[in-house]
Amino acid sequence: MSTTSRITAAAVAAALGTTALTACGTPGGADAKTVTLVSHDSFSVSKPVLAAFEKQSGYKVRVLKGGDAGKAVNQAILSKDNPQGDVFFGIDNTLLSRGLDEGLFSPYEAKGLGHVPAGLQLDKSRHRVTPLDYGDICVNYDRGYFARHKIAPPKTFDDLIKPRYKGLLVTENSATSSPGLAFQLATVAAYGKDNWQGYWKKLKANGVEVVDSWEQAYNQRFSGSAASKGKGDKPLVVSYASSPPAEVLGTKPAPRQAPTGVATGTCFRQIEFGGLLKGAKNEKGGKALLDFLLSKQFQEDEPLQMFVHPARKDAKVPEVFTKYGATIGKPATLAPETITRNREQWIKQWSSLVLK
Amino acid sequence: MVLARSEVARSRGRGPAKGTAVRLGLMALPLAFFALFFAYPVVAIVGRGLKDGGHWQFGRFGEVLSDPDIAHVLWFTVWQAAASTALTLLIALPGAYVFARFDFPGKQLLRAVVAVPFVLPTVVVGTAFLALVGRGGLLDELWGVRLDTSVWAILLAHVFFNYAVVVRTVGGLWGQLDPRQEEAARVLGAGRLAAWRRVTLPALGPAVAAAALMVFLFTFTSFGVVQILGGPTFSTLEVEIYRQTADFLDLPTAAVLTLVQFAAVLGVLALHAWTVRRRESALRLVDASQTARRPRGGGQWALLWGTLAVITVLLLAPLVVLVERSFAGPDGYATVFYTSLRSAASADSTFAVAPLDALWNSLAYGAAATVIAVVVGGLAAAVLTLPRLRRGPSGRTPAISRFVRGFDALLMLPLGVSAVTVGFGFLISLDTPPLDLRASWWLVPLAQALVGVPFVVRTMLPVLRAVDARLREAAAVLGASPWRAWREVDLPLVRRALLIAAGFAFAVSLGEFGATVFIARPDRPTLPVAVARLLGRAGETNYGQAMALSTILMVVCAGALLVLERLRPADHSGEF
Repeated sequence: MSTTSRITAAAVAAALGTTALTACGTPGGADAKTVTLVSHDSFSVSKPVLAAFEKQSGYKVRVLKGGDAGKAVNQAILSKDNPQGDVFFGIDNTLLSRGLDEGLFSPYEAKGLGHVPAGLQLDKSRHRVTPLDYGDICVNYDRGYFARHKIAPPKTFDDLIKPRYKGLLVTENSATSSPGLAFQLATVAAYGKDNWQGYWKKLKANGVEVVDSWEQAYNQRFSGSAASKGKGDKPLVVSYASSPPAEVLGTKPAPRQAPTGVATGTCFRQIEFGGLLKGAKNEKGGKALLDFLLSKQFQEDEPLQMFVHPARKDAKVPEVFTKYGATIGKPATLAPETITRNREQWIKQWSSLVLK
Repeated sequence: MVLARSEVARSRGRGPAKGTAVRLGLMALPLAFFALFFAYPVVAIVGRGLKDGGHWQFGRFGEVLSDPDIAHVLWFTVWQAAASTALTLLIALPGAYVFARFDFPGKQLLRAVVAVPFVLPTVVVGTAFLALVGRGGLLDELWGVRLDTSVWAILLAHVFFNYAVVVRTVGGLWGQLDPRQEEAARVLGAGRLAAWRRVTLPALGPAVAAAALMVFLFTFTSFGVVQILGGPTFSTLEVEIYRQTADFLDLPTAAVLTLVQFAAVLGVLALHAWTVRRRESALRLVDASQTARRPRGGGQWALLWGTLAVITVLLLAPLVVLVERSFAGPDGYATVFYTSLRSAASADSTFAVAPLDALWNSLAYGAAATVIAVVVGGLAAAVLTLPRLRRGPSGRTPAISRFVRGFDALLMLPLGVSAVTVGFGFLISLDTPPLDLRASWWLVPLAQALVGVPFVVRTMLPVLRAVDARLREAAAVLGASPWRAWREVDLPLVRRALLIAAGFAFAVSLGEFGATVFIARPDRPTLPVAVARLLGRAGETNYGQAMALSTILMVVCAGALLVLERLRPADHSGEF
């Protein structure tokens, strides 16, 4: 054997070896004992709660996460002919109609749906998706700043365009951030399809600043967040109604009230749904998993894991939520179909109005 | 691998058939790798975007490219990349010289530390950088200097990121150039500048071009830096592709933009190949430890101190701020965030990650990715170093040689294609057994290796090409077998490049975020993925923990690079 053919042989052997290696790495995920949950990055559950389900049902749960909520939904749409798993968790009302139009889900009525308020059930007649949690996106304020300056914090959208709040608000880019988009949708819901742009013109004239991500708005610019160490220069930020409890969590001793508050008249309600993926390899396991996601045990675990409110009325909410969180009386909402139909156009209009 | 070169020389009488076999043999693995894990997924996702009912929709090009917003994005992408590259070369080339030619205490440590920014995830670096130049940052408090949401913040962050690329790619070769050649020129009457321009500069040319090309590619496809520091008014092509794909699922527009980025990257690569071909020359390489010495004279000391000052302000300060924040607890400096990381993990949530677990995942993925990248990249570099086959009777370059040249460009393409394109491509193409890799452990190292291979190739090529064939021939004349000649001549010279390449591939894998976040399984998050998860939540504890994890990642990266620096002289002592 000449040297050259030896090299060739070695290269071919190496290639075959790599292929074999790759083949070994392929999981046997499709067996009947495993059920696969596809979700976004924020999905989280206590290990004991998950272990209890695994023990009681006999299924092993595999969780696949695919980036932020929007990306995870788009991944599911792209792979709908050959889904990655059995159940999808985390399609919210801003994306719901896109998922339903694409036929992502098989109908299944999960156990315990009777405990979920009707207002959260957006697919009530067909049960393709099950509401699993909700949360509100609202303007948060830095209590310290407004106390020091002896100004009342804003409560409503109309407040935000008043001169005394000029230059105080930082929000997120609608095109790249889901809280940013939710805030824009809230203004559409509040002022109507024909007038929301007028509101944003006033907001822009009042010095609203836009950054690309929630992390940047909240951790860097918002003066009320612990992460900014008081160096943030904006006392108003678009964030979640559950952000104040999150600021308190882990601080000792527990303060009398959270260092930040919520402008309750500026909220948009996001409802998250789960559903059985069409073409699921383990449909039976998927149904059991959906039942579990709506079970009291999982629902009571949700608030401190994902900082959302449980969908079930009878699920107990932890004290840190009730003590430091705000009650949102009338959050803004829009029909999912309306959002899907207009979303891209609204984002484009918003971009050319606000960013340029 | 390089032994094939002398083999080809001897077999010339038997025509190009044999050379073709060698080339194809060596290329088989890299080609298979790129076809399966790069070309196929990218073609699948671009095809999905541009095909409608079985027909290609090329009319989309006109629609997308005539959009003024897109034109603005294109212009900004090119402009900022060119400016960033120029600024990086300007600041980092003196650094490359200092690291190559001077000996000073702490040099190894510093060489490892300057590479840390390059491998840290952008989300972490953006945070650290803003703490320095942003609102209420260190410079703001001291002198009222604020650079956030300005183009300067983007350019400086790019220098911060890519400083190590220049120092390592150029400095690695510079240290091995025999200074006596330049001295000889001076003895023969050339001035200092002329000697440098005629002797050293041409020898360094390919390495400088390679470094500039890499910096240009990274800044051209910049994503995280532009998003974090630039604000929503600055957008690169890469950011736009991401938005169109991940946010709007507008695959046709994303496909057009992907192809535009492809074309631009290919253009840059062609330019680079041309430069390298013109400058290719066999160099006299020596052990780097012989060329470095204490600085002499005021000028050299000033250069050394100047470089150290630049490194301190531009590279170390943001990292120090990061460490400072990881210890800045609610009641003064403490290790509270480090200890809370451990207790959070024991509180048994799937969200909290024990730092050691995340570290272990990162190391395991990184090691696997490095092995793949070194094997694939090493074979590829070997093919590219083979001498060109003689022209056939028709006077045309043999097809195989032209193919090899195209192959050169192919190897660099992963750096120019966005992670979201590759990620979505994986999702729709590698989805059926036996290649249903969507949930496989191997997906992460494979994707990371895709980014690592270009580093391996680019780091090894200049050194491999510079090996003087006469050394090898001399060994053969003295009776050495080709294998022995390769072991005794090539390997010692190549080993350093190989180690640097492996180290780079490893470090890049440790900090890789774009592809990993897409495919990492939640039970096996890497350090960057865990950091990003924590940064995505409100509260002091989460933020502090993110800083603590970032600090751990930073220390590990610096440690890995430092080990590499230490390994090298020990290895060399027996050879030279």
